[in-house]
Amino acid sequence: METQKKKRLTCHVDLDAFIPATDAEKEYMVQMRPSTTFFKDGVKRLYKNKIAFISFIVIVLIALGSIVIPIFWPYSYEDQLGVQPGKPVDSSYKNLLPFEYGKTEQAKIESGETVFPHVFGTDSAGRDYFIRVIYGTRVSLAVGFFASIIVLLIGTVVGSVSGYFGGKVDMIIMRIVDIIYSLPDMLMVILLATVLKLTLKPVIEGTVLESVGSNIISLFIVFALLYWVGMARLIRGQILSLREQEYVLSARATGAGGFWIIRKHLIPNCISVVIISAALQIPSAIFTESYLSFLGLGVNAPMPSLGSLAADALNGLTTYPYRLIIPAIVISLIVLSLNLFGDGLRDAFDPKLNA
Amino acid sequence: MNSKTLLYIVKRILLAVFTVWVVITVTFFVMHSVPGGPFVGEKATTPAVQAAMEAKYGLDKPLYEQYFTYLGDIVTKFDFGPSLKQRGRMVIDIIMDGMKTSMMLGLIAAAVSTLVGIVLGAVAALRRNKLIDRVIMVLTTAFVSMPSFIMGALLLALFAVQLKLVPANGSTPAGLILPIITLALYPMAYITRLTRSSMLDVLGQDYIRTAKAKGVSGPRIIFGHALKNSLIPVLTYLGPMLAYIVTGSLVVEQIFAVPGIGRAFVSSITNRDYPMIMGTTIILAVLIVVMNLVTDILYKIVDPRITLE
Repeated sequence: METQKKKRLTCHVDLDAFIPATDAEKEYMVQMRPSTTFFKDGVKRLYKNKIAFISFIVIVLIALGSIVIPIFWPYSYEDQLGVQPGKPVDSSYKNLLPFEYGKTEQAKIESGETVFPHVFGTDSAGRDYFIRVIYGTRVSLAVGFFASIIVLLIGTVVGSVSGYFGGKVDMIIMRIVDIIYSLPDMLMVILLATVLKLTLKPVIEGTVLESVGSNIISLFIVFALLYWVGMARLIRGQILSLREQEYVLSARATGAGGFWIIRKHLIPNCISVVIISAALQIPSAIFTESYLSFLGLGVNAPMPSLGSLAADALNGLTTYPYRLIIPAIVISLIVLSLNLFGDGLRDAFDPKLNA
Repeated sequence: MNSKTLLYIVKRILLAVFTVWVVITVTFFVMHSVPGGPFVGEKATTPAVQAAMEAKYGLDKPLYEQYFTYLGDIVTKFDFGPSLKQRGRMVIDIIMDGMKTSMMLGLIAAAVSTLVGIVLGAVAALRRNKLIDRVIMVLTTAFVSMPSFIMGALLLALFAVQLKLVPANGSTPAGLILPIITLALYPMAYITRLTRSSMLDVLGQDYIRTAKAKGVSGPRIIFGHALKNSLIPVLTYLGPMLAYIVTGSLVVEQIFAVPGIGRAFVSSITNRDYPMIMGTTIILAVLIVVMNLVTDILYKIVDPRITLE
């Protein structure tokens, strides 16, 4: 038959294309390495960055230590060791130097008992200083962590709404942001903390919040009121560029609503930026807390924070300089490692930077 | 200067004025939300005395009326009312008393940190990855991770108490050395890092290579071409730096007993001198807002490539 030549417009299927692949062909198609997700990729890069990795370990160690050590430590942060119910105050417990003991403890040691040492001595009220530093670390870390979570939540919600909806909503929100941004934050923090300290006390009396303390709550309120603006601006900028992407258009074409698109498409795509700036927010919150502690507006006594410990140490600076130096070292270590870790996170997770 | 820049400047000034108004309003209403008013906690007084006091300070009038009086007095007479705790003295007088010392302290600290920061940053950039660069970077990283009051206290303990090189009391000129260093360290470290990174950026630009190819000498490249352009980002930091110095001075003046506004402010917080707290907050806020305004406008004029907003 002479009609064997190829018909270009035929609808006949070429069956040769559908025969099963041989093993050799399958071998050829196997991936050389397992596929990696964005997250895994970032973690790998972070792992390679030695400074960031060491900082991360330091932070984890400090955090674990501040949680675990108080469980088995025989002293508590608020017990004044010289004060026993029904007995006169034993002043030999006040201002002990490191590894010194109070009178009754010395008597115990002489009679052969072992007494747990006061590693950093005691403070002017006779409280074990080591556990106060540990507990203060816990408080400072918690304050930093929760403050940055608050900032993260508010900033993300406001920023993404403003960026996605644009128009009038955006304009109004951005004007508010501009004004809050130009307010001198520290002065406003001091002002609000001064007033909230007085107004909050009766409100939270008898509730769970009382144990947290009015000053810490006012610190959180201040962060919620003032510090979200930086985050909101950042997120808005991200969203503004992301919402022009094709996948957003496609989502909209299939009938997705605004909040759905924000939640499912936009926020996951700027999550790395969000996490990085949240990590860098923690040191700034710890700084603010220590600053307020110095002004007497920080945590409520007897609860310690690193800032309040350092501030208290100023009185006995000439005789007991280590009481300032110890919390100073811990604060610097925390802030330094958080900053370095944040930088490492940025290098590892911001895809635009590692071209 | 084109009309666009002018429009920007006008807008920026309006925002600044509005911000100052917001600060005054917020300060006033926040302060007056304290339960019971400013005289609660005073020594027990008879109702008659209480009423007389309230009448004297205008606290018996409705709140909005008090607000407009307060605002009017500030705008027209620059009057922040009398101090509650320092009887017979006006808030503005107390502030002006401390202003001279604080201004001197702040301006010297700002000048020192800018100059030293730029020099260190330029040196670090030009000797990139050499030993001196590493040392500078490690030191500046350490300086930015310590709160100013701890830094101040450590300096005090070391230089004034242990070595006795300088007096611990900040009321004499020699005693101002440590407060200035304390205040200057953080911004200095920041400016160093800023200058270093922008200098490195500029050194990689084509026009530097062109200058090198033309045979321009090393120092001329650095001072004539590189340094000037790498200082633009530093300019943006001037506003935040002054804000930092103003708030930092609250703490530093307290530690070194410098008789400035900062110390007056801190003691007014501790003895709840409300008019004093309000007055100082407003004046310091105006200072910061004006500094930011000047920085923004300067920035826009120096580098017209930048489009703000």
